[in-house]
Amino acid sequence: MHELSIAMSIVDMVQEAAERQGNAQVQFVYLRLGLLTGVVKEALLSSYEMACAETLLEGSTLVIEEIPVEVFCPKCDGPRLVESIQWFCCPECGTPTPKVLHGKELEVVALEIRE
Amino acid sequence: MSGEPRLVEVRKNVLKQNDLVARALRERFRQAGMFAVSLVSSPGSGKTAFLEKTLTMLRSRARVAALVGDLATENDAARLARSQAPVKQIITGTICHLEAAMVKNALDGWDVGELDFLFIENVGNLVCPSSYDLGEDLRIVLLSVTEGEDKPLKYPTIFNSADVAVITKLDLAAAVEFDEVMARRNIQAVRPGMEVFTLSSKSGEGMAEFLEFLQTRRRQCRAAVAV
Repeated sequence: MHELSIAMSIVDMVQEAAERQGNAQVQFVYLRLGLLTGVVKEALLSSYEMACAETLLEGSTLVIEEIPVEVFCPKCDGPRLVESIQWFCCPECGTPTPKVLHGKELEVVALEIRE
Repeated sequence: MSGEPRLVEVRKNVLKQNDLVARALRERFRQAGMFAVSLVSSPGSGKTAFLEKTLTMLRSRARVAALVGDLATENDAARLARSQAPVKQIITGTICHLEAAMVKNALDGWDVGELDFLFIENVGNLVCPSSYDLGEDLRIVLLSVTEGEDKPLKYPTIFNSADVAVITKLDLAAAVEFDEVMARRNIQAVRPGMEVFTLSSKSGEGMAEFLEFLQTRRRQCRAAVAV
């Protein structure tokens, strides 16, 4: 359960950004979360609420976009979405591949603020 | 409050702070010619026994040291100190994983230039440590024969974040009817091409082969630096 430390990092980062916008009121925080980060969406959402308490962000909503795991298939010579993270292979030709292109994102992309 | 809602682009990695510290550590290790190895596994898979054996066997050939992370107690540091290698305990309190800054702080007062290998034993946990880069050159995931062959399928994320897998407690394999073929197949499913070692820290079986690999990797890594 490291989602609380992650949530606290998000709150710090967003507060800094909000301060740069003249202490704007943050309504929504948009986050990209890769399915290979080991961070659980539901746990992060409830941790975020806790981390926001008594900060400028209290009452804001974390909006999470989950990013599927995409690998590079050497045989098809292109990006492919894996069907399961228990089986790192091309869903079309079955070639195993360790080369991960997407799925490790843990990134605050944008804030929706009201000035 | 007044005004219309407005979208502000941020595009910032949440773990950026950790990644920056990890990157600085990796560069420091590289310049010092030191090779950093981290160990991750579930609690009780034999990380400390494996590390004690590694330190003891490697100490005659190389300059080694270890950092060991736990939520509480200095028991592991005391065990590892029996190897005569320099050892420092990192107590994380309630935190279930190591972060790069903890490694950096623990190295205070140590000259990494005096070392060939630094081992970093993470907190026993197969979930949280996967997200945090510690600046290591090699991440080893341990799986003991008593845990079941399907551990890699249950925790694909940590296996995917590691470079090498080590199957430990081989001396108990027959007693628990461990299926090595199945375990290897599951590791390859979540991390195709991953190198796998099987060994026993207790009997020493397989240790020589693993240490040879470690020294070769260090030479290759540091030779690449020299070029």
